Amino acid sequence: MKITKEEVERVAHLARLNLSAQELETITGQLDTILSYVAKLDELDTAGVQAMTHAFSVSNAFREDRVTDSLARQEALANGPCQNGEAFVVPRII
Amino acid sequence: MNPYELTIAQASGQLAAGSLSSRELTQSCLDRIEAVDDKVKAFLVVTPEQALVQADEADTIRARGDAQPLCGIPLSMKDLLCTKGIVTTCGSRMLEHFVPPYDATVVEKLKGQGAVILGKVAMDEFAMGSTSENCAFRVPENPWKLGFVSGGSSGGSAASVAALECPGSLGSDTGGSIRQPASLCGIVGIKPTYGLVSRYGLVAFASSLDQVGPLTRDVTDCALMLNAISGYDPKDSTSVRQEVPDFSSSLTKGLQGVRVGVPREYFGEGLDPEVREVVTHGIEVLRDAGAEIIEVSLPRTDYCVAVYYLIATAEASSNLARYDGVSYGFRDLEVKTLMEMYKETRSQGFGAEVKRRILIGTYALSAGYYDAYYKKASQVRTLILGDFNRAFEQCDVLISPVVPTPAWKLGEKTENPLAMYLSDVLTISANLAGIPGISVPGGFSRDGLPIGIQLQGAHFREDSLFKVAYNLEQGLNLPPQRPGIA
Repeated sequence: MKITKEEVERVAHLARLNLSAQELETITGQLDTILSYVAKLDELDTAGVQAMTHAFSVSNAFREDRVTDSLARQEALANGPCQNGEAFVVPRII
Repeated sequence: MNPYELTIAQASGQLAAGSLSSRELTQSCLDRIEAVDDKVKAFLVVTPEQALVQADEADTIRARGDAQPLCGIPLSMKDLLCTKGIVTTCGSRMLEHFVPPYDATVVEKLKGQGAVILGKVAMDEFAMGSTSENCAFRVPENPWKLGFVSGGSSGGSAASVAALECPGSLGSDTGGSIRQPASLCGIVGIKPTYGLVSRYGLVAFASSLDQVGPLTRDVTDCALMLNAISGYDPKDSTSVRQEVPDFSSSLTKGLQGVRVGVPREYFGEGLDPEVREVVTHGIEVLRDAGAEIIEVSLPRTDYCVAVYYLIATAEASSNLARYDGVSYGFRDLEVKTLMEMYKETRSQGFGAEVKRRILIGTYALSAGYYDAYYKKASQVRTLILGDFNRAFEQCDVLISPVVPTPAWKLGEKTENPLAMYLSDVLTISANLAGIPGISVPGGFSRDGLPIGIQLQGAHFREDSLFKVAYNLEQGLNLPPQRPGIA
């Protein structure tokens, strides 16, 4: 076994997902199959190999720090599932 | 010939000559959608009123005589490209009611040329899938054989173009999502080099892999559309500041001096004999056109799927963290605590495949596993890129199949995620290496299903890709066939 139900539950919490008992059962099995498959990467010796971060050499993309137009507040709020015309509203945090 | 049957280049010619108006062409495509989309199920949203307004504007520009090639051409957009004022769902319940306040840069560029947007087309949820069956709303079918998959994740784009509902579409390709559906639907689709096309306004899946690209009925149209969307965008820091060539100028006959590599690992076990036959014939066509054919090796091909399903899922788990129910998208409004708001919003808003990938990615990035999974995969990715760089010292373009088999029946692989992932084995490596790849129609199986041929090139060598693709298309000279729907 590459992964247990307890580990899947822990990862689901990290990913902010609730899984039903049925989902947990199915997904644990599927993740185990997938993780067993990707373990084939261990066949390759990667000692001293740089991890790839970009396909080709690029330098930082800087731009001038200039103020430009941005979305008007009403437009930015328009897709909010819960908003009061001034801000997004969420359940009490503290 | 009905206007909806015209390619972009043909329609553009008639629009320029004044023998066709964009209104007539657009109406013809809208009528075609009305007639066949109940069966093909490509479109999630059709926007006829806006399309006809854009068509009239295009006709005005044409009348002034300063039109660009795509002026007045009706197109469909994969539903992960933001379209101002038009709902953009990404195939997900999470974004079912999301109306973007801005256009993606590629959409803005097409509109800037006077192109007409017909609507938004179906896709796998968040572009995660190989058949578009993960779409939360409707699943496109293969226009050549209903009941068979159109491919994915840009299945709606490919189906809409193959069904003659529109002459071109924009899709996105993270592991083959343009080339694979193009192959299964018998059309042309290109994934450009990473950085050639802006991704501003593309809903992010895996940011080191995602690229936007066109799907069209022939190579000429593909070059026209890529011309229109390429180039540096200050809003996408991964887009590259360099001159973009005119890809149409690469469409010339003759391949003297061009070296075409045949990667032997792409012709291994599991390759359908009919697919092998079509690609082998394609190689002979290129030889006849003057190309030198050489065998090359990409020794880490067998590891690409494993690398991809760690890197893509890790990046997705991070990108999709933004769906928290706060500023846009679905929220469970019933729950009382912040934590339950996050969890219920995401659990109800995401479908099974998206959850599966978020979990794999979160696991691969979590404390104690990062080195074994994500770092290891990123190191093997370096080796894969090295394989390609060595191959491109020996040849200009690689030829291979796109998909190991023709299209399969809807539902056939949905129970086994790993089997589905493995169907992407031949397209994934181009995304890992950041190189361009194109799928060109190669022929048909005995069951009448299309089979594509893949060409891959070195970074920013779309010009070579188009040259070889054009010669392949001209040399194959496939008899004109239309899918049998209505």
